[in-house]
Amino acid sequence: MTADIILSTRDLTIEFKGFVAVDGVSLDIRRGTIHALIGPNGAGKTTCFNLLTKFLTPTKGTITFKGNDITALRPATVARLGLVRSFQISAVFPHLTALENVRVALQRKRGGSFDFWRSERVLRALNDEALNLLDAVGLTDFAALPAVELSYGRKRALEIATTLALDPEMLLLDEPMAGMGHEDVERIAALIRRVSANRTILMVEHNLSVVASLSDHITVLARGKVLAEGNYATVSSNPAVIEAYIGAGHA
Amino acid sequence: MASVSERMAAAPSARAAVDAAHLHRAIFVGIAIFLAVAPFLLYPVFLMKVLCFALFACAFNLLLGYGGLLSFGHAAYLGTASYICAHTAKVWGMPPEVAILLGTAAAAALGFVFGSLAIRRQGIYFAMITLALAQMVFFFSLQAPFTGGEDGIQAVPRGHLFGLIDLSRDTSLYYVVAVIFLVGVLFIYRVIHSPFGQVLKAIRDNEPRAISLGYATNRYKLVVFTLSATLAGLAGATKAIVFQLASLTDVHWTMSGEVVLMTLVGGMGTVFGPMVGAAVIVTMQNYLAHLGAWVTVIQGVIFVICVMLFREGIIGVLARRLKRPL
Repeated sequence: MTADIILSTRDLTIEFKGFVAVDGVSLDIRRGTIHALIGPNGAGKTTCFNLLTKFLTPTKGTITFKGNDITALRPATVARLGLVRSFQISAVFPHLTALENVRVALQRKRGGSFDFWRSERVLRALNDEALNLLDAVGLTDFAALPAVELSYGRKRALEIATTLALDPEMLLLDEPMAGMGHEDVERIAALIRRVSANRTILMVEHNLSVVASLSDHITVLARGKVLAEGNYATVSSNPAVIEAYIGAGHA
Repeated sequence: MASVSERMAAAPSARAAVDAAHLHRAIFVGIAIFLAVAPFLLYPVFLMKVLCFALFACAFNLLLGYGGLLSFGHAAYLGTASYICAHTAKVWGMPPEVAILLGTAAAAALGFVFGSLAIRRQGIYFAMITLALAQMVFFFSLQAPFTGGEDGIQAVPRGHLFGLIDLSRDTSLYYVVAVIFLVGVLFIYRVIHSPFGQVLKAIRDNEPRAISLGYATNRYKLVVFTLSATLAGLAGATKAIVFQLASLTDVHWTMSGEVVLMTLVGGMGTVFGPMVGAAVIVTMQNYLAHLGAWVTVIQGVIFVICVMLFREGIIGVLARRLKRPL
């Protein structure tokens, strides 16, 4: 395996009671690229994500991250290694303020936060860094607001700021544009492009124009299998891909 | 960087967060002053009962309101501490401070063991495991020779605190209990507002997200479970000294239910709600005692009204009206 492959899977398979959701998927994701995972509904994209971040355990196959086999590790451990995911539904901590949301991620640097006897004032040292992250996603003015009161687009922006707080080597974004208005889509796309600078990104996305403009490499999944791979031009002209999308009722 | 901080500090909601801390401090001072004068106005034994249950409810609320974990077996920790404390004071003739500490330590150990089993499951299964384990403690307490079965451990000596203060006087004991209560609730307040508390609230709000940020959430849950059991034990051990009695009532499942009721009536996830809830329920039990079994019926009705009309509890509703976290 070459050194510039950051994450790879071999023959990744998961079976739920006879239904094979992900079937022998082998992926190689090059360091520093934006890699998109697309496919019709039910193709196994999110399941694939859950396997990569260890939220699900594969029936067979292996996952290698930075040259280490992570197949048997627990999800929190994988996150600490630098492989961090976002969720399809906006994943914020609703009763914490926007600032606290980001700060909880920054707190990870302290190692474990089991010091229940200490005042949370010790966390103030992280406030400036948290505010800078909020600033980067345009949420400075909402820092003291509980996340539950933010609009949908801002929740997604907050989620990205929280993920970036971990400064992960690799980001897994599960439908970052889902349910977003046109303006938000452009803002988040610009943000993703900006944060991809020193990172590798794997994203699941339905919005094909976003996929076309952002990604360096695309893997198309259908019925749990890899249907096609390549850049947007190659993939979009592949007859099997067109067939899968139209056949499944998607244009 | 400074300009960002300044903008943030200028935001009205940021000032509100600082205000909340000041408000809480003022309320704690208010409670301390009230506790100092209360025995001149009210019957000390009644006050001590309220304080023990208030501490119990606050301990439970730490787990439910801030950890998002519904334990249906908290009587186990209250009761175990109560038995161990009573046994230590009566049979081994130890001073009350040692008896209370031993009782509390027993609850901590039990909480650690039960917690490490229960946190492996979530939601209703978690609640059922805590209930099942607590029922085991109940039957153990019924059968074990040292607990006195149906009679419990009676005539527990109150003794002399540090060999100096005679606790057989209700007023002296009252001030000791008041101090234990205040230390307990201030400790809980600190836990809620610690770096640990931040992670805890994050786990309560969205556990998968907390995991994805790299937190081993089960360890945090185990720590808060153990802390909650320990404080419930402190309440139970103190109660045994106050009433000079450890009995099956304290380990019975209805006690686990009562603490849920107190917390919900007062306002779960609020700092002061469980204290108010405990005061309301204990007062009701005391003043309606002549109605016998009807007390349970009235409690049930109150519970239903609470859940249907003001789900946030007394303090929860008040906090919303005042737009201040309480």
